[in-house]
Amino acid sequence: MRGLVLAALIAATPALAVEPGEQLDDPVLEARARELSKGLRCLVCRNENIDESGADLAAELRILLRERLVAGDTDTEIIDYMVARYGEYVLLKPTMTGVNMILWIAPLTLFLLGGAVAGVAITRHRGTPAALNPEEEARLQALMDGDRLT
Amino acid sequence: MIAELGHFALITAFAVAIVQMIVPMIGAWKGWSGWMAVASPAASAQVALVGVAFAALTYAFVTSDFSLRLVVLNSHTDKPMLYKVTGVWGNHEGSLLLWVLILALFGATAAWFGGQLPATLKARVLAVQASIGVAFYAFILFTSNPFIRMPVPPFNGEDLNPLLQDPGLAFHPPFLYLGYVGLSMSFSFAVAALIEGRVDAAWGRWVRPWTLAAWLFLTVGIALGSWWAYYELGWGGFWFWDPVENASFMPWLIAAALLHSAIVVEKREALKAWTILLAILAFGFSLVGTFIVRSGVLTSVHAFANDPERGVFILAILGFFTGGALLLYAVRAPVMQAKGVFGVVSRESALVANNLLLVVSAFVVFTGTVWPLVAELAFGRTLSVGPPFFNMAFTPFVIVLAAILPVGSILPWKRGRGRVLRVLWPVAVLALAVMGLVWAMQTGRSLGGPLGAGLGVWLFAGAVVDLATRTGRGRWSDRLGRVTRLPGADWGKALAHGGLGITVFGVAALIAWQQEGIAVLDIGDRLTVGKYEVVLNDVTQLRGPNYVATRADLTAWENGRLLGDLFPEKRIYPVAQMPTTEAGIDSSLTRDVYAVIGDAQTGGGWAIRVYIKPFANWIWGGAIIMALGGLLSLTDRRYRVAAGARKAPATGGVPAE
Repeated sequence: MRGLVLAALIAATPALAVEPGEQLDDPVLEARARELSKGLRCLVCRNENIDESGADLAAELRILLRERLVAGDTDTEIIDYMVARYGEYVLLKPTMTGVNMILWIAPLTLFLLGGAVAGVAITRHRGTPAALNPEEEARLQALMDGDRLT
Repeated sequence: MIAELGHFALITAFAVAIVQMIVPMIGAWKGWSGWMAVASPAASAQVALVGVAFAALTYAFVTSDFSLRLVVLNSHTDKPMLYKVTGVWGNHEGSLLLWVLILALFGATAAWFGGQLPATLKARVLAVQASIGVAFYAFILFTSNPFIRMPVPPFNGEDLNPLLQDPGLAFHPPFLYLGYVGLSMSFSFAVAALIEGRVDAAWGRWVRPWTLAAWLFLTVGIALGSWWAYYELGWGGFWFWDPVENASFMPWLIAAALLHSAIVVEKREALKAWTILLAILAFGFSLVGTFIVRSGVLTSVHAFANDPERGVFILAILGFFTGGALLLYAVRAPVMQAKGVFGVVSRESALVANNLLLVVSAFVVFTGTVWPLVAELAFGRTLSVGPPFFNMAFTPFVIVLAAILPVGSILPWKRGRGRVLRVLWPVAVLALAVMGLVWAMQTGRSLGGPLGAGLGVWLFAGAVVDLATRTGRGRWSDRLGRVTRLPGADWGKALAHGGLGITVFGVAALIAWQQEGIAVLDIGDRLTVGKYEVVLNDVTQLRGPNYVATRADLTAWENGRLLGDLFPEKRIYPVAQMPTTEAGIDSSLTRDVYAVIGDAQTGGGWAIRVYIKPFANWIWGGAIIMALGGLLSLTDRRYRVAAGARKAPATGGVPAE
């Protein structure tokens, strides 16, 4: 009896990522499917794409995605289709539209701004350490040549 | 009874921390040495008291005391002893207790080894450290008390989350906390210096060991977490840009920046105000991380249970400490005057560039992490920010950082000439040659592989050359002798930079050249992936202490050469009602063969997945070498000579064993 319960438990485990049966025979289409899957979010999971996820919904999305591919959709058409069905939330790479531009531009802006500030600070910091006169230079050279590190 | 003792000790520690927060601060202000002297024994007492509380909770877990609510929720009599112990911090309340224990421990190290610190600075550092303690004692006692009893104790517990029952993840949190909390010392030093109104070379030297310690623990903690994700989550990913991972990565980046700018303060008395700001930000990001993990605002794979009340409390702590410190900074920073001057081409400038790049990368991680929240609250757009964004926005800054690193590390202080860089020419040629070779050898797929390989060689060989130049001139035999006698700091720098090169190489190689095969196999069938072959010998059911498992027996071959057997498992933890996967991995220096067993198929056979992961171990190996570099740097005798450590033990302190 106990063995039966355990067997039932094992049978009930969720699937793991892409199943062999889901894969397309055409390797080019399948490669495109894998690439697209990595950019689509498993909606019921926490931060997993549908390619990695073991959830049932992810499996459905993978199959749906492959159906569209077989039907001859382009990558953009498939993504538009997914967004139309599930909303922007499905995209792991946020679109570059509207306020999202802030997200995309912010790093470079900060980098340029920080660079400018740092550049100004460095030029202001720049001292003019007195250059060595020839006598000092010669003495330094002598010291360097006879250099014995302890 | 023992639990009550622990509870009582924790409350007492709270009271001691309040005293330590107020009395030495007033003493330092008024110049009363008696009041200032309260700080050290109080810091020691805190460690002893929290230590008792932690021991009491551990005892409850080890003896499976199901009258404690926390033990019921997170333990089970069948759980192996190792995970009974590590289960203490495998939950919100217990991990917070570990957090305050480490906080107290760090404070006490300042009391024990800070004999050489000026009395007022030491008193203020300990008082600020105690104020952080007060906030967290209040948090744990009022919202997350681990010592709450059950009205009716059940016969058994609900078991620990099975994902946490793993050696990699069991020791991941303590290291992370040592890092997060270690940054509180840098924060306390920064705030104390702001109150004191003085930052000089000596301050830079004092603050560095603690930052270094925090950074190296964070490095180990992040590496452990990444390694765990690799072998446990079932498909060999090593970094997910998950909010919780980002929470530990942001302080790591800022701490790395702080580490480098504190060198400039120590050696050249420049960048003082900036260093103080970084110290505040580093701990600020630690608190942001705590908030992300424990509030559940940003849901993630391994966040602790969500509770709005706790989130608000942490937000208040975060706001008070970073806000307060930044305010203080705004008022006092102009007092910090730089002394050292330096030219545009100099080590100082290179370190400024390092700081800029590290801080901007941390900012990229931060915006990406919080953007979904901001977009939803402010603009009503529900969206996701996932790995594709981070890979695109983060990587360029790392590439630039890696490209300038060897140059910066070899430039002299103050004013450099292009001449000194001549030694790097062979390295650059080597790196470019490797890049070209890899480009020619791979089947023209991606730019990432060649670029990563080239940068890895550039960083590693650059570190070797840097070390070699430290040996001065003369015959090779003399220089070889000298290299063994170089100070720990030189070796530490070379190892840390070389380790980064190894990690960069490993990441690029794994992403660019991974291969995979998925198939339904019956017993006796084989699956071919590249030059590797795997045969399914058998599938068995077996029973562990608190789980049942389906285990595959696979034999792996490389070009017809026998590699050995792999035993991937799929486990079910009946009490927790959760499945986990255990990958079967054959590791070697240049690749991992990584096998996972999936479901039994309706038509017979099993879904088997095999990945070839090139240079996978280099990712964590490089991180461990980086941490080792930090450790070596920490042992540099110049710190001990300068800080006069261990010379003056705390007066009248309570021993903390």
